[in-house]
Amino acid sequence: MHELSLCDDLLGQVVAIAEQNNAKSVESITVQIGALSGVEPLLLESAFALIRAGTIAEQAELIMQTSPVIVLCHACGNQSETVANRLLCNACQSHETSLISGDELILSSVALNCVD
Amino acid sequence: MCNTCGCNITPGNHQLVMAEKPKNGVTTISVLQNLLSQNNHQAEHNRSHFDTHKVLVINLMSSPGSGKTALLEETIKRLRESLKIAVIEGDLETENDTKRIQAQGVPAYQITTGTACHLDAHLVHNALHHMTLDGLDLLFIENVGNLVCPASFDLGHHRNVVLLSVTEGDDKPAKYPVMFRAADLMLVSKTDLLPYLDDFSPLKAEQNLHNLANDAPVIEYSSKDGNGLDAWIAWLQAEIEQYRALLLNKQTQRPKVQQEGQLFHAEHDQMKFSRINNKTV
Repeated sequence: MHELSLCDDLLGQVVAIAEQNNAKSVESITVQIGALSGVEPLLLESAFALIRAGTIAEQAELIMQTSPVIVLCHACGNQSETVANRLLCNACQSHETSLISGDELILSSVALNCVD
Repeated sequence: MCNTCGCNITPGNHQLVMAEKPKNGVTTISVLQNLLSQNNHQAEHNRSHFDTHKVLVINLMSSPGSGKTALLEETIKRLRESLKIAVIEGDLETENDTKRIQAQGVPAYQITTGTACHLDAHLVHNALHHMTLDGLDLLFIENVGNLVCPASFDLGHHRNVVLLSVTEGDDKPAKYPVMFRAADLMLVSKTDLLPYLDDFSPLKAEQNLHNLANDAPVIEYSSKDGNGLDAWIAWLQAEIEQYRALLLNKQTQRPKVQQEGQLFHAEHDQMKFSRINNKTV
C-alpha cells in the first residue's frame, strides 16, 4: 500500500505550507488524482486518516478530485476521452498519442484557518 | 510525471485543477505541486549523482517470480568482462537475491523494505551511502516484485524495464496500465515454457502494450535456454552508448513517460504557492 508513503509526502508539504502562512489549522486539502496516477482514492483517504493524527492537519478534510483520461492524437489532432488501458485515439485508432489528462497526482490547494 | 516542476498540469486538466471556490474565514493556497515532490526531489538528486559517475541506472520491475534475478545472473555472466556492473536489490525480506548476484562476482546491496511494497528515492539514496559508484558502467535496481506500487516512484534511474513472464497471462499490460505505460522496454520472460502453455500469446502481450500508446520495444527471451538474451544485451549496450552521448552534451536520460510529462508541463514552472483568495473574516 504505497498510498501511505504518498500521504507522508503530501502531509510534509501541507505542514510546510501551513507553517509558512502561520496557520492555526488546516481546513481542507484538495488533491487531483488521475486513473493513471497509480493511486487508489479510497486507499489514499484511509491512509490520510491515519497519518494526519497529531499534526496541524488533524481536522483537515481531504478533497479528492478525479480527472478523466484524455489523449491527444498526433496523427489526426483529435482529443478523446478514453480508459486507462486503452490510450489510442478514438477517432483514428493511432498509437501516436500523448496523455494530456489522467496521470495527475497533484496537491492542488490547501485551505488554511489563519484566524485567531 | 513531471520533473521540472512536479506538477502534472497540462492544457487538458488545467481548468479542472484551477477551479477553486472561495470559502469564508479561510485562506486557500493554490499549490499545484506533485504529491510525490519530496520523493521526486530526492530522485533528481540521485540522478545527478549517477550522472556524475557516468553510470546508467536501470529500474527492473515485474511481479514476483517473473525472473528478474535470473535475468541479472545471465546478464552479468555475459557482460562482466566488458562492463563494471552493480546491483541494488529490493525485497521485503531475505537477502537471497543479493547472495545470488554476489555469487556472480559483482557488488550487490540489499534494501530490505520490511512491509513496504516498493522502493522509493530515499531508500535508494540510503543504499548509495553503502556502495561506491566509482568506475561503474551499469547499475541495476531490482525493484520489489509488484506490478502496482513501484511504478509511481521515480528513483532517479534512467530507464524502466518491465518483465512479463509467459506464465502470467498476456493481458497483464491491460490490467496494470500504470506499470506498463512506464516501460521503456518490455521483456517477455521464460519463453522456454511457451510450448506448455496454450493461453499466452506474445503477440497479444505486445498488442496490449501498444494499446497504452507505448511503442517500447519488446524482447522475448529465456534465461534457461538463452534464446533472446543477445537482443537484450544489444539493447543494454545501445542504451549505454546513448546515455554516454547525452552526458557528453550535458544532458541526462530519463524514463520516457517522465520526458513526455516534462515537455507538457514545462510552461507551468512558476505556479507553486500562489494565493488565489484572501482572508475574509
